[in-house]
Amino acid sequence: MATSQGAKGEPVLVLGWQRKRCHPRRLSPKTSRLRASLLFLSPALLALAIFSVWPMIRALYLSFTEYNIIRPPRWTGLDNYRQMIADSQLHNAVVNTLVYAAVGTVGVVVMSMGLAAILNTKFPLRSLVRTAVFLPYITSLSIVAIAWSFLLNPEIGLLSHWLNEVGFGTGQGVLRSPQLAMPAVIAVGIWKNLGFYTVIYLAGLQSIPRELYEAASVDGAGPIRRFFKLTVPLLNNQTLLVAVMATITNVQVFDQVYVMTQGGPFFKTDTIVNLIYRSGFTKLDFGYASAISWLLVAILGVLAAVQMIYFRRRAVRY
Amino acid sequence: MRRSLRLLGKTGNTVLGLSCALAVLLPILWIVSAAVRPNSDITAFPPTLIPRELTFENFIEVFERLPFARLYGNTLAFAGIATAVSLTLDTLAGYALARLPFRGSNVILGMIVVLLMLPFQVTLVPLYELMQKLDLVGTLPGLILPRITSAFGIFFMRQFFLSLPADLEDAGRIDGASEWRIFRSLMLPLSRPALLTLGLFHFQAYWNDLIWPLIMSNRLENATLPAGLAMFAGQATIEYSLTMAGSLLALTPLVVVFLLVQRTFVQSIATTGGK
Repeated sequence: MATSQGAKGEPVLVLGWQRKRCHPRRLSPKTSRLRASLLFLSPALLALAIFSVWPMIRALYLSFTEYNIIRPPRWTGLDNYRQMIADSQLHNAVVNTLVYAAVGTVGVVVMSMGLAAILNTKFPLRSLVRTAVFLPYITSLSIVAIAWSFLLNPEIGLLSHWLNEVGFGTGQGVLRSPQLAMPAVIAVGIWKNLGFYTVIYLAGLQSIPRELYEAASVDGAGPIRRFFKLTVPLLNNQTLLVAVMATITNVQVFDQVYVMTQGGPFFKTDTIVNLIYRSGFTKLDFGYASAISWLLVAILGVLAAVQMIYFRRRAVRY
Repeated sequence: MRRSLRLLGKTGNTVLGLSCALAVLLPILWIVSAAVRPNSDITAFPPTLIPRELTFENFIEVFERLPFARLYGNTLAFAGIATAVSLTLDTLAGYALARLPFRGSNVILGMIVVLLMLPFQVTLVPLYELMQKLDLVGTLPGLILPRITSAFGIFFMRQFFLSLPADLEDAGRIDGASEWRIFRSLMLPLSRPALLTLGLFHFQAYWNDLIWPLIMSNRLENATLPAGLAMFAGQATIEYSLTMAGSLLALTPLVVVFLLVQRTFVQSIATTGGK
């Protein structure tokens, strides 16, 4: 195997460097492989260091300062974090984000699983339906969100009109209603990613051995029972993947909120990233924005860890 | 009895599937419909999905009322260059991690997996600060630089290269090919589907990105299509048909590319769910 040079890695590196000086062409295979590996890796690692790792650390430092970019950051210790504890706007944004993430994630998991189950059966126009459902994933959320707000506009909106016709009058409009704005924003988020997760579930469904269903049928289990007792548990691996990916995406919700509601009405759809954007790039309070962005990292870390622990115990192996 | 039940199930699935597809397509259909009619037809009561009056003026007017050609060029350059550079760096790094491991490369891999979970927003403030110091705010390089590689791309390519057979590179080594030759002539030609998939992933992410271009564009002329259209829609809320014509033009390239490479793309996503 190509991996066996492990333990001798570093001495070989020194040897290679010395040897390179006298006989540049005769490197040992291991050394040339190590050299190639480092050469291949270095551009990407350099870029990651400059544009991901360093900014992350810098943001942590800035979170302990007062900073408006014009004047140099001034160390204020835990002031920003103290402010966060007292800031009711932040509490509101965190609660909204968690509600969005919880409802949006559960919603998209249930819907994509159901849709995959439908698409896994043969029916006419199936591939057309699959393409249609996947299409939103590659469209720009912010651009389609403009269309959604027009559709939901109380005066000219087609969807508002249809809702009115069937008796769901929305009065001042869905996006201006404190009760309906959040569900609308969640629905648009689900709409965007539904097709992507459906594809993952479809692959999972296709990997379930058929004999399991035959055995269950022989034992007298009906289609609904088979779905809940067999299909759902056997899709646990996919559900872990979908749940983690959807949670990460949902906690970072911004685009459609920015376009459709700007966090309103009455901050009912204000989210964490919205608040980072507002604190930093509108109010120029970059220290506080950095502190909130680290709160976002912490929330994401905790949620991802909890989900992994929950689903790892239920992993499926054939 | 059993047969008719099956037929019922099949019809039920067809109806369910088609109604899902229609519901999902509604906003896209509406964009198309609103783009090809005058504003007066959109605001007329009752609202309809099918235009009552057709016009293609909107597509011309959007170039006059907005710096639309600039926005288009910016988006194309940003998404195109960032995708090309990122594909190159991601592939090289992913290949090294999968095929040329060394002591400590697992630590690097671990760090990349951690970065995979990192929300981009935590880097927004320092990146903006950096770009301001380099005087790159509102420029194309400023927009592109943070996207020249991605932890996701490196991880994705690593997973792909792990799946290639080892015999291949051993054969190359026995023939005395250099590591670069093995990569370039043996491995790279085999990675077309992976490159295509990651390329579309990157291209759609950069083409559609909102928050970074929004922050980096100090004027409408420097924005990308999503940021520019979001700004315009925020100011001119009553210019429905104009905004939708711009939106349609902005969405079209990606939809076309997707329809072309759909099969490869969807298959690659499906396999990522397998492990």
